[in-house]
Amino acid sequence: MSKETTSRINVLKTYKLYIGGAFPRTESGRYDRQTNAKGDLVANICRASRKDFRNAMVAARKAQRGWAARSAFNRSQILYRMAEMLESRSATFERALEDAAGYKKKDAAAEVATAIDRLVWYAGWCDKFTQLFGNTNPVASAHFNFTFPEAMGVVTVLAPKSAPLLGLISTFAPVIVGGNSTIVVVDNDAPTIAIELAEVLATSDLPGGVVNILTGRRDELTPHIGSHMDLDAIFAVGSDKDEERALSIAATESIKRTKFIDDRSASEWRDADAQSPYMILPFIEFKTAWHPIGGVAGGGGAY
Amino acid sequence: MGNDYVPPRVPTIDEVGATERAKRFSSRSLKKSSKVAGLKLIASMVDLTTLEGADTPGKVETLCQKARQPDLQAPDVPSVGAVCVYPPMVPIAKRCLEGSGIKIAAVATYFPSGQADLDHRLVEVRETVKAGADEIDMVINRGDFLSGRYGRVFDEVEAVKEACGSARLKVILETGELKTYDNVRLASQIAIDAGADFIKTSTGKVQPAATMPVTLVMLETIRDHYLKTGKMVGMKPAGGIRTAKLALRYLAMVKEVLGDAWLSNEWFRFGASSLLNDLLMQLAKERSGNYQSSRYFTLG
Repeated sequence: MSKETTSRINVLKTYKLYIGGAFPRTESGRYDRQTNAKGDLVANICRASRKDFRNAMVAARKAQRGWAARSAFNRSQILYRMAEMLESRSATFERALEDAAGYKKKDAAAEVATAIDRLVWYAGWCDKFTQLFGNTNPVASAHFNFTFPEAMGVVTVLAPKSAPLLGLISTFAPVIVGGNSTIVVVDNDAPTIAIELAEVLATSDLPGGVVNILTGRRDELTPHIGSHMDLDAIFAVGSDKDEERALSIAATESIKRTKFIDDRSASEWRDADAQSPYMILPFIEFKTAWHPIGGVAGGGGAY
Repeated sequence: MGNDYVPPRVPTIDEVGATERAKRFSSRSLKKSSKVAGLKLIASMVDLTTLEGADTPGKVETLCQKARQPDLQAPDVPSVGAVCVYPPMVPIAKRCLEGSGIKIAAVATYFPSGQADLDHRLVEVRETVKAGADEIDMVINRGDFLSGRYGRVFDEVEAVKEACGSARLKVILETGELKTYDNVRLASQIAIDAGADFIKTSTGKVQPAATMPVTLVMLETIRDHYLKTGKMVGMKPAGGIRTAKLALRYLAMVKEVLGDAWLSNEWFRFGASSLLNDLLMQLAKERSGNYQSSRYFTLG
C-alpha cells in the first residue's frame, strides 16, 4: 500500500454570478471560456443574460433601502471590513492577477495593495461626503435652510476593461458609499477575479444585494440596462461613442442619470486621481429642507 | 343535529406526492402571446381585495376605480372579477361599480376568526347581502373543525348558504390552520357537501396562506366531486400570490386538474391585492419590451 496518493485530480472552482448575496449560475445556462495569456483554459465563466440582470435588479432594489438606512458610520465600518477581508486574501489575488490576467509580480502586488487602500479611503468618506456636498443656505426668511445628499437608488456600473480588481473597486465603492446598491457588469479578460472579489464581499458583513456582480458580454446587456425602468443610474467606464449614444437615448425613458468616464490603463487606475469624492457626487440626489425658526438671529428673535 | 352527522369519506393525501405534483406546474413555460393571454385572464380573475382595519371609503373608491380599468394606459386589460371588502364598505363599492359587471364580494361571518355565535354570523350575512353583496366569503369555525365537530361545520356552512339567498357563497377553510392536507381535503368536501359555490384557501391573515400543494388538494376535491355528481364548484386561492409568474403557475394547475371549463372568473378567482400591479407590469413589459418599475404603477 502506498503511503501517499501519487496523483490527484484538481478540484476546480465553478465561477458563478453574485446576486442578492448568493452565487447562482446564469439562468441562461450559457458560458464563455476564459483563457490565460498562454491560451490555456482558466475557467468557464457565466455569460449573464437579461434575466440575470433583471434578477439582480430586483435584489438590488430590495437591498437598497436598508443599506441607505444604515448609519453612515456603519457603512464605513463595512467598507473597512471589505478591506480587511481583501488584505487577508491578498496573496490569492496577486496570484490570480498573475495567472489569469498576465500581470507581472510587482504590478499584481501594487494593484492589490492599492485596491485595499482604496476601500479604506472610500470607507472614510461614508460619513464625510455629506459635509462636503451638503450645505446650509442663506435665505431671506425665518428659516434654517439645508441641502443634503441622499442616495439615488440602484446604479449599474459597467466596469473598466482594465485592472480586473482595482478597476471594479474604484468604480463600485464610490457608488455604495452614498447608500446606493449596485449591479456591476464585468466584461474583461479575467472575470474570474470579479467573482473572487464577490467571495470577499460575501464575507464582509455587506448585506446581500447591495453589490451584485454579473459576468458576461457587455454589448449584449447594455440595451436591457438602458431600458430597465426601475434602474436609477448608469455609470459606464470606457464606452465608445455608439454605446454612449445608445445608453443615453435608452436612459431618457425613465430619466436615468448617466455618467460616462474613460477607461484607464491598469497602472493609471493606481494613480491618486483615480479616487475622488467627486466620484460619489454623480450618484446622489440633493434634498433641501426649510426648517422654521422663531425669529432671525440678529433681528432680535430667538429660537 | 351535529351529533348524528357522518363526515364524508375522503381519500388520504400523500403529502410528498402532492408537493411533487404541485412543483411540476412550476416548470411550464408560457411566453409571448400565450403569456399575454394568460396574464389578461388572470387579471379578469382577480378578486381585488382590501381587508384592513384602516380601510376608508376613499380607499375603497380608489380600489373600485382600479377594478374597472386596471391600467389607464392599456384599455385592453380587462376589469377584475370582483372587489372584495368588509361588509360596511359594500354600499360604497356598489355605488362605484354600478353598471360595470364587476361583482362585489364581502367577507362576512365574523371574518377572519369566525369566532362568534352562528346566529350573529347569519345576521351579518343577511345584512351584507341586503346591502348589495353578490358574493359572500365566509370563514368556517376552525375550532369546531379541529376538535372534530364536523357536523357543526357542515351545519354552519349550510345555514350560511341559506342566508346568502341568491348570492354565491365562498367558503374559506383557512388551510394554514388546518395543519394537514388530509384535513384540507375533508374540510373541502364538507364545505362542498354543505352547498359551497366556491372553496377558498385563506383569509390572508394567517401564514401560510395559499400554497400550490394546498390548492392542488382542493382542486382535486372539486374534480372528484364533479366526476361523481356533475356539479361544478369554484376555487379561490387567496393570500401570498403576489407575482404574475406564480399566478401563471396556478393557471396551469387549474387547466391541468380541472380543464378549460374552470378557466373563467365564473369558476376561478385569485384573492389578491398586490398581484394586479405585477400583472400590469408584466403586460407593460410585453408591450414595450422594457422591464418595468413598480414606481410607475398606482398603489393598491
